[in-house]
Amino acid sequence: MNEFTFERATLPQQAIAAGAKSPTAQLGATVRYIAGGTNLVDLMKLNVERPQQVVDINGLPLDKIEKLPGGGLRIGALVRNSDLARDPIVVRDYAVLSQALLSGASPQLRNMATTGGNLLQRTRCVYFRDTAHACNKRNPGSGCDAMDGYHRTLAILGTSDSCIATNPSDMNVALTALEATIQVQGVGGERTIPIAEFFLLPGSTPQRETVLQPGDLITRVTLPAPAPGSRSVYLKLRDREAYEFALASAAVVATVKGGTVSRVRVALGGVGTRPWRSTEAEAALAGKPVSSASFRAAAEAALRDASPRTGNAFKVELSKRCLVRALTLATTQA
Amino acid sequence: MAAHFTDLLDQQQESPAAGAAPDTSPDVTPKNSDAQPQREESSGLLSHRVTRRSFLSQAGAAGVLATAPPLLAAAEAVPDPAAAHHDETAARPTVPVTLNVNGEDHHLQLDARTTLLDCLRENLNMPGTKKGCDHGQCGACTVHVNGRRVNSCLSFAMMHAGDKITTIEGLGTPEKMHPMQAAFVEHDAYQCGYCTSGQIMSAVAALKEGFGPTDDDVKHAVYGNICRCGAYTNIVAAVQQARKQI
Repeated sequence: MNEFTFERATLPQQAIAAGAKSPTAQLGATVRYIAGGTNLVDLMKLNVERPQQVVDINGLPLDKIEKLPGGGLRIGALVRNSDLARDPIVVRDYAVLSQALLSGASPQLRNMATTGGNLLQRTRCVYFRDTAHACNKRNPGSGCDAMDGYHRTLAILGTSDSCIATNPSDMNVALTALEATIQVQGVGGERTIPIAEFFLLPGSTPQRETVLQPGDLITRVTLPAPAPGSRSVYLKLRDREAYEFALASAAVVATVKGGTVSRVRVALGGVGTRPWRSTEAEAALAGKPVSSASFRAAAEAALRDASPRTGNAFKVELSKRCLVRALTLATTQA
Repeated sequence: MAAHFTDLLDQQQESPAAGAAPDTSPDVTPKNSDAQPQREESSGLLSHRVTRRSFLSQAGAAGVLATAPPLLAAAEAVPDPAAAHHDETAARPTVPVTLNVNGEDHHLQLDARTTLLDCLRENLNMPGTKKGCDHGQCGACTVHVNGRRVNSCLSFAMMHAGDKITTIEGLGTPEKMHPMQAAFVEHDAYQCGYCTSGQIMSAVAALKEGFGPTDDDVKHAVYGNICRCGAYTNIVAAVQQARKQI
């Protein structure tokens, strides 16, 4: 691990001023905020992250969950994953988020990890995490050892010739299905970013993962008021029952009226280079009867553009079945 | 030579294995693991309790490893102890921080890169917390920060000024075990013992968080702690017993 200077911020402006000195907020950032540290310290030990300055933001007043007058929910960026998962309003009104959080990591990690940190969680691709290997995300232009190497856990949607790394977060998939917005404070002031616009596709610049600029500090994540009559489910499929990332997952928020799907939001995890909102599946389901045939057709639509490689081709069918099962669970009366 | 040193280790008392307190017998200086033991004039025997940790530390400094028996020399070459210490004595920038561990304040000067885990084990000489994977994937390093379980390997020590940190050493002692420790002993809930302190710290914190009554509920509550020896069945039994007493 490289040496670095360590500072504590007590006000957001202090953190932002420090962060703004970095030439980038993406890979290669010279200044990093630390909250839970569960991803940053891990990557610093691997020398994938080498900030010269680490700013501890745990003291910032961003750790509340507040119900908003319009019925939405505002979540502070420093709320710990475990607290968010257990919050009574989240459990009741945004069950998919609670389920997604509880399916991830471990109790210890959830006690440390924060909303903001989980949003920025990096890929688990073994070549990204190993500086001895070629990785366009970590070292632009150096190549991608995953393409013809070990890519069982990597993406089949949103890939490019440069990168097939999966976004590994469960929380992000749930937030995507819930159409969350992300509040960011930066050198230019405050702004709100819909989650659909927050994450970037790798394209020819896989080192750029989000729209964040130097100095940007995620302050809150806001959920809209729950859709009336909706039920939500997160289903995660993986090699073992716990303590493992998703091979395929699905977050579904569905409203059923008279046996038909009147409103649905679908996001897929474990298969995309970013949390994968599937408007294709949603369009295929709108107004359709609640049936396995409808669900299967939606799943086919969702995975139509999949670009699998030999080592992860199984994910195409797995992801379809995952979505069908999630839709079934979300639309079946308990 | 080999026989002599083996006998010395065998003569010492072994502390109970259940993640209990490490080598803190009164005549070993707790803050300096390189402290030279006192030698009896006549016999040359070490007069204080020798542990694996103090033996290796003292042996390295005295160059004893260089005269190790043929079996050891046949293995990979032993580095020259003097050379091995060279880099560690080079000056590195350090920062002051006060950490509260098991109710006691410690004023430290730390390299900013020091994780809470390394601080506990190396700077504070509390090796009860173990380094399994060092990447948050095994749970062996589990401690309590303000009563909540965390992986100490993924946190910088600097970040914990003002926090109340509890380690296995603060949970109980061989003489006065925490009910969870006692249950682990009773149910033989460990084999090599390396995951054990993490298992115990995790289970104690999990009870505070609350979980369901079945064995499956227990497993789900502590799945962030893995055990290569496979002592899971007994670990679950120990937790199921201890939860009735806590």
